[in-house]
Amino acid sequence: MLRSLWQYRHFVLSSIRNELTSRFASSKLGGLWMIINPLAQVAIYALILSNILSTKLPGIDNKYAYAIYLMAGLLAWNLFSEITSRCLTLFVEQGNLMKKMSFPRIALPAIVAGSSILNNILLFIAMLGIFALLGHQFSAAMLWLIPLTLVVLMLALGLGLILGIMNVFVRDIGQGFPIILQVWFWFTPIVYPESIIPESYRGLLMLNPMYPITSAYHKILVYNQSPDLAPIVVISAVALALMLVGLFLFRRASAEMVDVL
Amino acid sequence: MSLLKVENLGKAFRSYRSEWLRFARWFGLPAKPSEEHWVLRHINFSIEPGEAIGIIGQNGAGKSTLLKMITGTLQPTEGQVHINGRIAAILELGMGFNPELTGRQNVFHSAGLMGFNPQQIQDAMTDIEAFAEIGDYFDQPVRAYSSGMQMRVAFAVATAYRPEILIVDEALSVGDTYFQHKSFSRIREFQEQGTTLLIVSHDRTAIQSLCNRAILLENGAVIKDGSPEEVLDFYNAIIAEKENSTVEVKKLENGKVQTSSGTGEAKVEEIILYNSKGEVADFIAVGEQIELHITVKIHQNIETLVLGYGIKDRLGQVMYGTNTWHTKQVIEKPTAGNKYRFVLTFPANFGAGSYSIQTALVDQNSHLSANYEWRDLALVFNVINIDKAQFAGCLWNEPKIAVEEITK
Repeated sequence: MLRSLWQYRHFVLSSIRNELTSRFASSKLGGLWMIINPLAQVAIYALILSNILSTKLPGIDNKYAYAIYLMAGLLAWNLFSEITSRCLTLFVEQGNLMKKMSFPRIALPAIVAGSSILNNILLFIAMLGIFALLGHQFSAAMLWLIPLTLVVLMLALGLGLILGIMNVFVRDIGQGFPIILQVWFWFTPIVYPESIIPESYRGLLMLNPMYPITSAYHKILVYNQSPDLAPIVVISAVALALMLVGLFLFRRASAEMVDVL
Repeated sequence: MSLLKVENLGKAFRSYRSEWLRFARWFGLPAKPSEEHWVLRHINFSIEPGEAIGIIGQNGAGKSTLLKMITGTLQPTEGQVHINGRIAAILELGMGFNPELTGRQNVFHSAGLMGFNPQQIQDAMTDIEAFAEIGDYFDQPVRAYSSGMQMRVAFAVATAYRPEILIVDEALSVGDTYFQHKSFSRIREFQEQGTTLLIVSHDRTAIQSLCNRAILLENGAVIKDGSPEEVLDFYNAIIAEKENSTVEVKKLENGKVQTSSGTGEAKVEEIILYNSKGEVADFIAVGEQIELHITVKIHQNIETLVLGYGIKDRLGQVMYGTNTWHTKQVIEKPTAGNKYRFVLTFPANFGAGSYSIQTALVDQNSHLSANYEWRDLALVFNVINIDKAQFAGCLWNEPKIAVEEITK
């Protein structure tokens, strides 16, 4: 599977490029929209929620602390939600192509992963620019984002593959998962600090695989510190396992997927 | 070593009581499909380099499933397909073209999807551009293309590299006639260079002119594999056998199709056209007095019998028609076994051309209440202008023309 993916590497790369060029083909601002959308989201949350929540952000004295906190969390979440939700409908949408052309199917999720990572990098660069404007410090701790991005990628790809494959057979999943994703977003400390959660419930956060990731992003981007290693190691193992299950399922199912598409 | 070998190939579409059972099976849990529908089973054949093979079969015989398994988009449930070489399929041209990208970018993308690397694509690009012949449009977004132009580019990419096996769908109508000829000669060229063709078609002439072998599929099995002539005859016989209904379609020597239908209580046994000399004739002169003899046999006792007929031109327009109800010659209570001869005498006041006669055996004025037999193209004859002044049209209605000079 990996060897055929390697053979199709040029196709994957050119598909990613085509996707970018065609998405913004007739828009004036072009690629800027990719960054404007998440930043507008940040601006909206910041505008509405900063007064309520800013005082509760401990240990940081920048007055834009809340905006920075939001951006850090959204950087992680956007990557996760983009990959999972695109993988979710990937095989159904590409069904016609899969029925008519013979090519390594693994190229499809690879294209999604590649273009999502690229979007995420562009978003990160834009955020760095805003951080500089807001007078926020950069630090070497940001290098941690590289392995973290890979962890998010594995987690999202694993989950996305499993759901995407199941969605081919049970289309309810495609309708239901976006709702779960919404709920999931609000159950992850992204727009609010985890300190506002009552102590007795905070233990439940540990069940949320996105929680260790967003809190690591917060630590790195807001506080310029290295993240706690223990939860990262655990979540990496979970992500790897999920990814392997996803790939295993993909191998077993790809023959049958075309039958029902 | 054969180019393509299909061994005991079978495809079943499985359905499960619950999709969760299907998921469970991937993880190795024993789960039985509630229903297995075999589309193809026990298919065996092999193909040598340079052959041209027609795959024939009625709708639902399993042709496309077989081709999908050969191209590899569909995985077989049992058996194997061994392939030595590259397969290209001209089935769905323009699959995955992105309307926002230029023709060139789409070519790059499509060729990439076929598994070629950028260097190979660059090398072929000039050829593709030249073959498509769409000029400056090649560097414009595909959304600005006409469907014909899109087909041209798609065909050019699909056949940019000579494959060992080329699968061609019957609907190979690539744009205008000029390009059709061009694409056809490219397929021929490939064939001469040793490419094996697999052609799916219902079209007898296409199969006979291109193929040296044909494979007939019926209900998911190969029932005949041999020369196109032999296989096609067998195919036609199967179809005829299925036609147990009273509608009968017969192809005449002149290529037209005769259709007859009806309940069969009475049938036209014989229909003969005599010229003015009393000879059986195919060719009639304009204005000639002719006789049409129609012999009808009664197969079951019926209340009344009416013969209707119509004379149609080559486009199927009725020139003249009437029946024995209108002429008050209804036959009352004809008994089974009796025969009747109707002799119709009339002048052939038609324009030059080909005409056909349709007959109808009914009980009353129309064939709506009872239709014993209805026969199109029961007889075909030609009218030629031998001794009349030149005229146009399908009716001979010769005038006397008086001309006088009236200048003052």
